[in-house]
Amino acid sequence: MKKLLILSGKGGTGKTTTAAAFIRFAGARAFADCDVDAPNLHLVEDNLGKLERFYYLGSQKAAVDPEKCGNCGVCQMTCRFDAIRTNGETRSINEFACEGCGVCVTVCLQGAISLRDDVAGEVRLYQGERTFATAELKMGRGNSGKLVSEVKSTLLKNAPAADLAIIDGSPGIGCPVIASMSGVDLVLIVAEPSVSGISDLERILKTAAVFRTKAVVCVNKWDTSPEKTAAIERFCSESQIPYAGRIPYDAEASSAINAGKSVADIDCAASRALREVFDRVMGLLKGVAV
Amino acid sequence: MTVAVLSGKGGTGKTFVSVNLSAAAKDAVYLDCDVEEPNGRLFLKPEQVTSSPVAVLLPAFDGKKCTGCRKCVEFCRFNALVFVKNKPMVFPEVCHFCGGCMRVCPEHAVMETLRAVGAVEEGVSGGVRVVTGILNTGEVSAVPVIKTVLKKSVRDGGLTVVDCPPGSGCSVMESVSRADYCLLVAEPTAFGFHNFKMVHRLVRLLHKPCGVVINKASGEYSPLEQFCVDINTPILLRIPYSAELAKRTAAGEVAVRRDAAMAEIFRGLLNEIRKEAPR
Repeated sequence: MKKLLILSGKGGTGKTTTAAAFIRFAGARAFADCDVDAPNLHLVEDNLGKLERFYYLGSQKAAVDPEKCGNCGVCQMTCRFDAIRTNGETRSINEFACEGCGVCVTVCLQGAISLRDDVAGEVRLYQGERTFATAELKMGRGNSGKLVSEVKSTLLKNAPAADLAIIDGSPGIGCPVIASMSGVDLVLIVAEPSVSGISDLERILKTAAVFRTKAVVCVNKWDTSPEKTAAIERFCSESQIPYAGRIPYDAEASSAINAGKSVADIDCAASRALREVFDRVMGLLKGVAV
Repeated sequence: MTVAVLSGKGGTGKTFVSVNLSAAAKDAVYLDCDVEEPNGRLFLKPEQVTSSPVAVLLPAFDGKKCTGCRKCVEFCRFNALVFVKNKPMVFPEVCHFCGGCMRVCPEHAVMETLRAVGAVEEGVSGGVRVVTGILNTGEVSAVPVIKTVLKKSVRDGGLTVVDCPPGSGCSVMESVSRADYCLLVAEPTAFGFHNFKMVHRLVRLLHKPCGVVINKASGEYSPLEQFCVDINTPILLRIPYSAELAKRTAAGEVAVRRDAAMAEIFRGLLNEIRKEAPR
């Protein structure tokens, strides 16, 4: 199975719009939304089939037994995450700050602290003619990288026969992005022609290079700044990064999404340009990791 | 007063709003906590920039003292330590620097050294002090850099604007931790609305007062407007989509510094926030 991941560095450049269009163009039978902080792909997909939900256990969290706690404060002094507080009588854990390292359990002289499993979100698997994995992180829970890995492995486990998986990623360059990159064949970076977009493109390309992941670039809303688009195209050519084309800003595209459709469902300037980008990316995907 | 600007969805205009709010206030501190993709500096173009590294602790093992008892490896819940040739070895990117391995070592063979994960830059742009957190590429956790940036906020009644990362995860939680007021920048689209609801849940969970800026409005997207009415959250400003404004922003211009009408709009927003925010 070939795995295509869609990233952008900067948010709001059109990752999900691109992913949804690619899923249509390819008739993809396996796809996932790994933007677990802000998942949106399900909003433009229908006929998703039967839904199964799985608890996602994140980091464990410490819990203080108030009966045993002597309020000595050793735990609070040794906690590196400022996750322990006191009400004057006993200590308690700030579950948002606790990373579940277990140091407090070790230092507590009363044996009053234990680590407990914490449901930090859920993985959702839709199965019908197609297989779709997505997730939602519980508010205020970290460790989204681990959840991203679970979404990906859930998809791959349940769609073993699919020849292509399309994965929608998150913005940024940190934990969820790095987790989403592992094991994919190609990353398509949807760039935006602006000072911010160019800076973010360079940072995501550097990150992909650190993890030796092959990348291809396209520019969305290119007519917002033909100058910056030209700068991105020049940059890709000079850095020998494959370039898959440009997509215009298109109000029809936004209307389609607001109506719960993919841009691929309508005929407009953006959908035609996306089709060309798709063809080039698929060519590249077939060429890599043969 | 510390105002955090956040959105859930990326690209709704957090940086646009943060930068213009800071510049309109004239005397303000702008903190860029979107350390994975820090962009405010590209608009504010600060001068007299100084940079200092952000480092985290990293365990180092004294091979002479280590007896290979494995207590450290067994303790580490993050799988950051492995046992190679009878000695522990650390994967720096995975380590949460909790200090546990050092604490459980019976031979006192674990020390801590410093490892750079990013930098904080400080400079000035007109009356705005610009503080930018920058995470090194390849690093997993933005939180240590965000914590360092937040230490630069002012506490004496001046205005601090925190430009937050997208999403609703741990970096966002950290970025809004010191905020007196949260400004939610929402895009009136199906994607924007869905992520707006998520981030609104987050600020409610943290008991932060909040108001909404609807950006890139082209016509009315009624579900978002109706939701704001239902949750009793004020819409403080609507900024219509403008190709001209998009072009100028793409080129790195600060709107309020070129356009008196825009400056008036953002000063108005600041006054609304001052009225809404708790004393």
